[in-house]
Amino acid sequence: MDAFTTPLLAGTATGALLLIAALGLALTFGQMGVINMAHGEFLMAGAYTTYLTQQVVTNTDVSILVALPAAFLVAGSLGLLLEVAIISWMYRRPLDTLLVTVGVSLLLQQLAKDVFGAQGDPVQTPGWLDGFIDVFGYHWPYRQMFTILLAVAALVGLGLLLKYTAYGRQIRATVQNRDLAETMGVSTRTIDRVTFFVGSGLAGVGGVAVSLISGTNPNLGTTYIISAFLVVVAGGLGQLKGTVIAAFAVGIVTAFFTDWFSSSMAQVFTFALVVIFLQLKPQGLFTVRTRGLA
Amino acid sequence: MLHSRTRLATGTVLALTAALSLSACGGTKSGEKSAVESCVDTSGDSIELGFLNSTSGAMAISEQTVRDSLSMAAEEINADGGILGKEIKFVEEDGASDPAIFAEKIEKLLTGDCVAAVFGGWTSASRKAMLPVVEANNGLLFYPVQYEGLEASKNIYYTGATTNQQIIPAMDFLKTKGVKTLFLAGSDYVFPRTANKIIKQYAAELGIKIVGEEYVPLDDDDWTTQVAKIVAAKPDFVFNTINGSSNVGFIKAYYEQGLTAAETPIISVSIAEEEAPAMGKDVTGQYAAWNYFQSVKSPVNDTFIKAFQDKYGKDRPTSDPMEAAYTSLYLYKNLVEKAESFDVDKINDAADGVSFDAPEGTVTIDGENHHIAKTGLIGQINSDNQFDVVWSSETPIEPDPFLKGYAWWDPSKK
Repeated sequence: MDAFTTPLLAGTATGALLLIAALGLALTFGQMGVINMAHGEFLMAGAYTTYLTQQVVTNTDVSILVALPAAFLVAGSLGLLLEVAIISWMYRRPLDTLLVTVGVSLLLQQLAKDVFGAQGDPVQTPGWLDGFIDVFGYHWPYRQMFTILLAVAALVGLGLLLKYTAYGRQIRATVQNRDLAETMGVSTRTIDRVTFFVGSGLAGVGGVAVSLISGTNPNLGTTYIISAFLVVVAGGLGQLKGTVIAAFAVGIVTAFFTDWFSSSMAQVFTFALVVIFLQLKPQGLFTVRTRGLA
Repeated sequence: MLHSRTRLATGTVLALTAALSLSACGGTKSGEKSAVESCVDTSGDSIELGFLNSTSGAMAISEQTVRDSLSMAAEEINADGGILGKEIKFVEEDGASDPAIFAEKIEKLLTGDCVAAVFGGWTSASRKAMLPVVEANNGLLFYPVQYEGLEASKNIYYTGATTNQQIIPAMDFLKTKGVKTLFLAGSDYVFPRTANKIIKQYAAELGIKIVGEEYVPLDDDDWTTQVAKIVAAKPDFVFNTINGSSNVGFIKAYYEQGLTAAETPIISVSIAEEEAPAMGKDVTGQYAAWNYFQSVKSPVNDTFIKAFQDKYGKDRPTSDPMEAAYTSLYLYKNLVEKAESFDVDKINDAADGVSFDAPEGTVTIDGENHHIAKTGLIGQINSDNQFDVVWSSETPIEPDPFLKGYAWWDPSKK
């Protein structure tokens, strides 16, 4: 039985982590068309925020709860800074943003190395997350359940925001037809900035979950950025439900491949599967039809 | 406009001239065929050596400590009169954690700066990249890190352990502990795969059963699924050949799923005094196999630790690779002084038996394979993140990089 439950549960947790990382990208890439290669470094910023929080709030049971909003703010602010300083100058030039943000990504990694050192700093797991329950022989860590809850919370929060708030309506209007939204009085500049803040902030929250897996290190973002893009593309742009399904599918399928073959081969097979899938459905799982001209 | 263009042309000519004069330093005077003619200048009262370590990129933290102890050794030797009376001047280069850059920089050091010897490298990939360059130029490289063996170049001196000085002693230790079942966990690259091949063959000889073997790529930190297999297999011991930050993910997943040092201990070959506190978990009771620990009791080691901490800070631990690097510079001094020359061929002829009273104990060069005899040690991590030595080979183990002296070893077997 554990040959089945282990990959399923571990894969769901991996999928949840991918989902948190990909939600932000689904906003900035899916909705705004910005290819932000520095998104992974916002995860790293979230992880380092967790470490720093533990230095200030030494009770690890509490510090993780402080770290979540703090990581959201830190990563969100970094994202906002990136948007205002660089990306706002190159909207509708996706290739340029790709190149520039690769540079920003390297810059942030080196910055982390200079400030924190290349070795990586330890993050303590809080007592209430340190343990497991036995599910048919798999010692399912509380940490993985926490990651899944975190992903669900992020998803529900973002869904409510998009669906029921004025800001949500405005962002959907901007995505569907930027020019028309502007003529209706929507400040698309403000919308872009808020979207970038929220999208990057979510990566910061993902970083808290990552720090519980592997602590912090300057290269932490590079591990997740490719998979996160894979998820957003396979899920289809402009639709959150595609991202959700794709994230869990990639997470669980990779976990089964890892169980049957090895971790390295699992990455190859998953990648190949997504490539084949995109041959059949180049637009991804779901697509949005817009009346936009661009 | 015209002016700036003229200036540009002049600049280009100057740059070309500079490049030409640099390459002339490579020793190939016109008409001479041999590219291996040394361009080392031994006429002055100083001698230039090259320190090639990554001071940027993923390996920087590990390799910076090697650079630090090399600089310290150079200062000590200079204070003591230098090598053959010549003061050491060192040229520092950054390998940037990239094997291709290591190859490029060692070429520059040997043929551009004309250094007498180069000290550095860390990953096996960086060493493999430098090997053809140092051989083609008949240079000298001192490599200070334990590695997977199966190599011996006349232009490289290996001052870290080869497998029969680290992996095999670790297996002997497991045998004395009465271990029956063993699980292998490693990063997916040359060192862990080669080490595990040796471990599997020796385990068969010792009657230890391998109950699992898992690899995760170096840049992947999530070990949850693999640790679940360790939980299911319930081995007596886990042999850990994971390298770098992936160790943190492994250790966290291990404790998270309820494994403990008391029931399923880990023996590691790349967790030392610096890495132990970076795990985010109390790793007390786990084991590591090395040839040097900060806790080694000897007057030489006390002096070494004091000098290092006086220079770089009380909070800096000393560890195996930095000790091997420190030792390598002293071995070079002893080699040159025995050969009475900086010439590579003369040094190689004089190499056999050259020794040094290192912090780890007396080490001696094997002239045949250019490795050094070292004592094998097993340490157990205590609550101060220091290692208590729990097992020792007692005497230095002769290096045997190709495991010729081990009848059970069959390199062709999978």
